[in-house]
Amino acid sequence: MTVPALKAKDYKSGIKAVWCPGCGHFAVLSALTKAMAHLGLVKEEVAVVSGIGCSSRLPAYIDTYGFHGIHGRALAAASGLKAARPDLTVIAAGGDGDGFSIGGNHFLHACRRNMNMAYIVMDNEVYGMTKGQASPTTLPDWSNSKMTPHGTGIPSFNPAAIALAAGAGFIARGFSGEPSELTRLLVEAIEHPGFAFVQVLSGCVTYRPDQKLWKEEVHPSESDLPTDDPVKAAQIIQAGDGKATGVIYAKQFPVWQPENRTDSKLNTIEKEFLL
Amino acid sequence: MSDSSKQATSQSYSVAITGSGGSGAVTTGRILLEAAAQCGFQGLMTRSAGPQIRGGESAAMVRFSQDPVECMGDEYDLLVGLDWRNIERFADELPLSDKSLILSDPAAGEVPALLRSNGADILEVPFKKFASGLPGGRLNMVALGATALVCGLDLKALETSVKAILGNKGEGIVETALLAVRLGYNHDHRPRITLEAPGKSADHWSITGNQACGVGALRGGTRFVAAYPITPASEILEWLAPRLEKLGGSLLQAEDELASINMIIGASFGGVPSLTATSGPGLSLMVEGLGLALVSETPVTVVNVMRGGPSTGIPTKSEQSDLNIAIYGLHGDAPHLVLAPLSIRDCVFTTQWAVQLAEHLQTVALVLSDQSLGQSQAIIKAPPQRELSLARKVEATPDAEYQRYAITPDNVSAMSLPGTAGGMYTADGLEHNPRGTPSSMAVDHRTQLNKRLHKLEDFDFGEDWADVEGDGRQCIITWGSSTGAVKEVAGWLLAQGSSIKIISIRLLAPLQHDRLKDLLKDMEKVLVVEQNHAGQLFHYLHAEGVLPVSAESLAQPGPLPLRPGRILRALGGGG
Ligand SMILES: Cc1ncc(C[n+]2csc(CCOP(=O)(O)OP(=O)(O)O)c2C)c(N)n1
Ligand code: SF4
Ligand SMILES: [Mg+2]
Repeated sequence: MTVPALKAKDYKSGIKAVWCPGCGHFAVLSALTKAMAHLGLVKEEVAVVSGIGCSSRLPAYIDTYGFHGIHGRALAAASGLKAARPDLTVIAAGGDGDGFSIGGNHFLHACRRNMNMAYIVMDNEVYGMTKGQASPTTLPDWSNSKMTPHGTGIPSFNPAAIALAAGAGFIARGFSGEPSELTRLLVEAIEHPGFAFVQVLSGCVTYRPDQKLWKEEVHPSESDLPTDDPVKAAQIIQAGDGKATGVIYAKQFPVWQPENRTDSKLNTIEKEFLL
Repeated sequence: MSDSSKQATSQSYSVAITGSGGSGAVTTGRILLEAAAQCGFQGLMTRSAGPQIRGGESAAMVRFSQDPVECMGDEYDLLVGLDWRNIERFADELPLSDKSLILSDPAAGEVPALLRSNGADILEVPFKKFASGLPGGRLNMVALGATALVCGLDLKALETSVKAILGNKGEGIVETALLAVRLGYNHDHRPRITLEAPGKSADHWSITGNQACGVGALRGGTRFVAAYPITPASEILEWLAPRLEKLGGSLLQAEDELASINMIIGASFGGVPSLTATSGPGLSLMVEGLGLALVSETPVTVVNVMRGGPSTGIPTKSEQSDLNIAIYGLHGDAPHLVLAPLSIRDCVFTTQWAVQLAEHLQTVALVLSDQSLGQSQAIIKAPPQRELSLARKVEATPDAEYQRYAITPDNVSAMSLPGTAGGMYTADGLEHNPRGTPSSMAVDHRTQLNKRLHKLEDFDFGEDWADVEGDGRQCIITWGSSTGAVKEVAGWLLAQGSSIKIISIRLLAPLQHDRLKDLLKDMEKVLVVEQNHAGQLFHYLHAEGVLPVSAESLAQPGPLPLRPGRILRALGGGG
């Protein structure tokens, strides 16, 4: 029996998004469903796992299994799910606050653990959901939040550099204003065997109207990327302006997945306690 | 679960072995315990150590009897000093009397005055001299032989135990140890006690409480564990890791407890019964995750092996002071399960029950074990297998009407697992409607609050909610590891012809109000016994309205164990 191919819209749940009109996250939702359709993923064999934030609302809008957890813990929940259910396609998603601030430790360890999953961070350099505070990717002189009226004064953090240093094997940057390229990046990320990190520049129209300029600033990577040389990748990431899109680094490392061997019975194991 | 009721009336023998770093007190105690087990005794060994990570002074406390041993006694029959360096660190943990005997080596100097002050007898054996006659001979093995003789244990049994415990150290070491043991054993011919040895029993186990929690977890069906190491819980994880693998499961060492709780939630969402183990600091970090599991109705079990708190507290010693966080620690209205094992043996059943209840009721189960259960070695009757008809309700063929959080008669709704066509939903920590769609409407919130409350309140937990023994008009209520000492007191009173009722609560939440009230109806005296400073159970029971106003509290913080004599005094003298 042949199943008719699903279209992108078949992967949408129909639940109305809470996002502001014009929010970059809409484009991520649409690119992700297109990527799923392109890959022909079986809906019930996919789980989208997120934390908390505007971006983390994503799972409910997709007609696969979803888990909308707590702030910062998307990667932890996704890793547990993948460890227990290696048969599933697991996609973790969230925002820059969720992934790099409160969830920063899980980001480091998910990169080095290298389980087979994709991680999409919708980076708007702000905490959208809590109404506009600075995030780890906000530039130090951005002073539009009442909480940091003089700017944070702290250098922002380069997610791609951190991912590389922490051992991720797939690092890409996309832009919500370039949906077809984004779709391609997501397809590659899902196909990559191992942990695949995609930073998506996904503007917040409400608290970062200045990000309208991204249309002009964002550009494709110039060099012959992706590279599988971590030294070269580091140079490109560090020298870049953070606005170059494309797959930067792709290298295959051993994928970590617990072994589920069944070769004993509990009765047998319990015998060890006999005198 | 309650074949311990006559323990206290039977005879037991208590031995403490102390020594400075490297003297091998703990190994000596372990071999002694298993030698007693070889003779058919049941027993318990606790240990106490200085603050050093490795190799500091330590004491091993061993008690054995023909019946179950679930606590240490009020005083020691025998104290064995391998040497006396740093003994002051342990002196208050090692009560002696004029009936006690001290075994000591003249080469170690005079027995310190603080041990002699109660009039204990002293027997000198030249451990060091005997040992030095053997190449590679160790004085603790000489002391072990002398101790076993005093305890009236059979030499054959002792030798079997030496071989079993030192076997992995190589033949040479075992041979030398056996020679040293025989030297110590044969130096004299005066067994001090003659407890009749019941004879080796084929169904006795030697196990720690942490291992017993591991067994319970596996019996309950746990097949995924994620956890971060912490004293005194790590042995649960170290025991489980290689065994889970053999049963088609796995253990993931997480980057922290925030990760471990969320990992097990993820795994359980995937349909695999999941558990983590931790201690106070880790539980504190997990609390937000517990709320997520509870609201998304994703079953998880957390075994919290309590230690002295708050903060880093006393990591290596026991206290029952996490009841408050376990019951009240979550934000919002968050009913969930809190259980406590009543003995090392009961760690098996209580953990199994917790895992299966969490699965059946799709909620959070917290198991409050503690250091004194977790890290003590016990010789027990093998806990029988118990088949519990408790399992997760799964929707295998969801139709178009499927609702993940549907309101059902028992308020438990069938869960559709990833991989199941047509059952797709998004689990959420946001309040939701029956379909699982996020909602901030009053009606949805109230409906789901009621659902999460009533699935617990209306469930019939049966007889296992507590161990209830004895009768009469006075009553002790206790929980967790304090149960052993309380049962011993009950045994004494029974032997004297007076009666007492003991209620040892295994299911602390949801509290079984009606059952408790019914038991307390005609009581003239009620004493609530626990090992913490604030009287957490006492206040909890009061807040829940089940205690008479006259009820009294005996709350003694760790790290000293709660001793039966202290409880007896509280009963007699009004707390
Ligand atoms: C433990 C905890 N702390 C704080 C919050 C409040 N909070 C919700 S979302 C959020 C930041 C979200 O920012 P980001 O992840 O960048 O997502 P965005 O809304 O920008 O898409 C914060 C701080 C929370 N929900 N939980
Ligand atoms: S606040 Fe910003 S990030 Fe949140 S939905 Fe609105 S535009 Fe998007
Ligand atoms: Mg953001």
